[in-house]
Amino acid sequence: MHSNPQLDKKGELQHLLTIEGLPATLLTQILDTAQSFIGVTKREVKKLPLLRGKAIFNLFFEPSTRTRTTFEIAAKRLSADVINLNVGTSSQSKGETLLDTIDNLQAMHADMFIVRHAQSGAAHLIAQHVAPKVHVINAGDGRHAHPTQALLDMFTIRHYKRDFNNLRVAIVGDILHSRVARSQIHALTTLGVPEVRVIAPKTLLPAGVETLGVHVYHDMQRGLKDVDVVMMLRLQSERMQGPLLPSAQEFFKYYGLTAEKLAAAKRDAIVMHPGPMNRGVEIDSSVADGPRSVILPQVTFGIAVRMAVMSMLAGH
Amino acid sequence: MIVKLPDAEQLVSALAAQIKPRFDSSTALIGIHTGGAWIAQKLQQQLGLNTPLGLLDISFYRDDFARIGLHPQVKPSDIPFDVEGRRIILVDDVLYTGRTVRAAMNELFDYGRPASIELAVLIDRGGRELPVFARYTGTTIELAENQNIELKKDKEGRLSLHLNQV
Repeated sequence: MHSNPQLDKKGELQHLLTIEGLPATLLTQILDTAQSFIGVTKREVKKLPLLRGKAIFNLFFEPSTRTRTTFEIAAKRLSADVINLNVGTSSQSKGETLLDTIDNLQAMHADMFIVRHAQSGAAHLIAQHVAPKVHVINAGDGRHAHPTQALLDMFTIRHYKRDFNNLRVAIVGDILHSRVARSQIHALTTLGVPEVRVIAPKTLLPAGVETLGVHVYHDMQRGLKDVDVVMMLRLQSERMQGPLLPSAQEFFKYYGLTAEKLAAAKRDAIVMHPGPMNRGVEIDSSVADGPRSVILPQVTFGIAVRMAVMSMLAGH
Repeated sequence: MIVKLPDAEQLVSALAAQIKPRFDSSTALIGIHTGGAWIAQKLQQQLGLNTPLGLLDISFYRDDFARIGLHPQVKPSDIPFDVEGRRIILVDDVLYTGRTVRAAMNELFDYGRPASIELAVLIDRGGRELPVFARYTGTTIELAENQNIELKKDKEGRLSLHLNQV
């Protein structure tokens, strides 16, 4: 029998590992729950007691500023205790296996693990290994998935555009190496976005990407025509093996988002980027700092979305 | 047990009559979603209070979160005035164990420190599990453990009480 390891027998979320396999109703429930947390930041006491006394371990084996910090803020807003595992000084460097690390941390009564790892599948491995009441959130595994990023992106789109059912969305850039793009594509198609486009040079597209239900464009002008949402991706130079591109300048010339290229999109199109941005490589400063950019609101929404995911798992 | 249910709209007026001699210019009403919010809206109209109405959703402060998890439809809490130093009247539809009121007070204290909190309820059905007391009560009703009372609002905004067998 093949079942989704993220869902329990009742179909409730017990881990968040990937967007794949999650029904639209569940994704919508996460977005609705996140919406209810937005108001908390405007209060005197920006805390809710939902996760009081729970121990949440941030295990980041790859560098991160914004994801790790927003998870920490989200956990603290729910009154949880947060422990950050510093990988550089951890026992990983002394040769301890990943699962031994998890076992040791569980012995310290961890309730939740938030994991970012260079290996695809790391979060799944941990989820299969942990004790029944412990929950795992994938904060990015290799090239595979980054579900909370996709969720906060969907929240952002819903905030500005309301209805998924009549949107054209374009994802631009290094799709091949991007776990963010994969999760975004699953989320967009699950939520019923009728037209999802990917715009990239052939060398930065995975083989068979059309099977995910996307339209492929190599020409940015054509790809951006009449789109409502432009989702930019960072050039993942640290993941590239071999010369897939002539240079960063060449990339910017053909695939960098400038005001001129953006003019092809709808007049009220929004510009998104998961961060961190390489200004002048995938996006021009005038656009990143311009009126259509919602890049900073994405970060703020990320806190509410992560609060929602953690609450739904903990209340399981 | 057969229970004859009173008219909800009449109970609201009775509550308003009890509160009227005791409120001053700084008194604020806060209704607990969902039934308490409906009642508080009517009281606000009938009493003509200066301070705008506050509304609380206590979902995030419930004491049974670990058992039943998060309710997917949380309504926004909105307190459009400064809680600090203010006389507050909390409004709810049915007072039973007292846990909802405990949660509401915890949430209220995250907004500020009120001068005092009083409780107004349409129905007190006894069965308290916490030391919670209503200063203003529409009526008391005795119910069996497997019964509950529900407040409903129709399209015209009229409130009515309904008995359910659980």
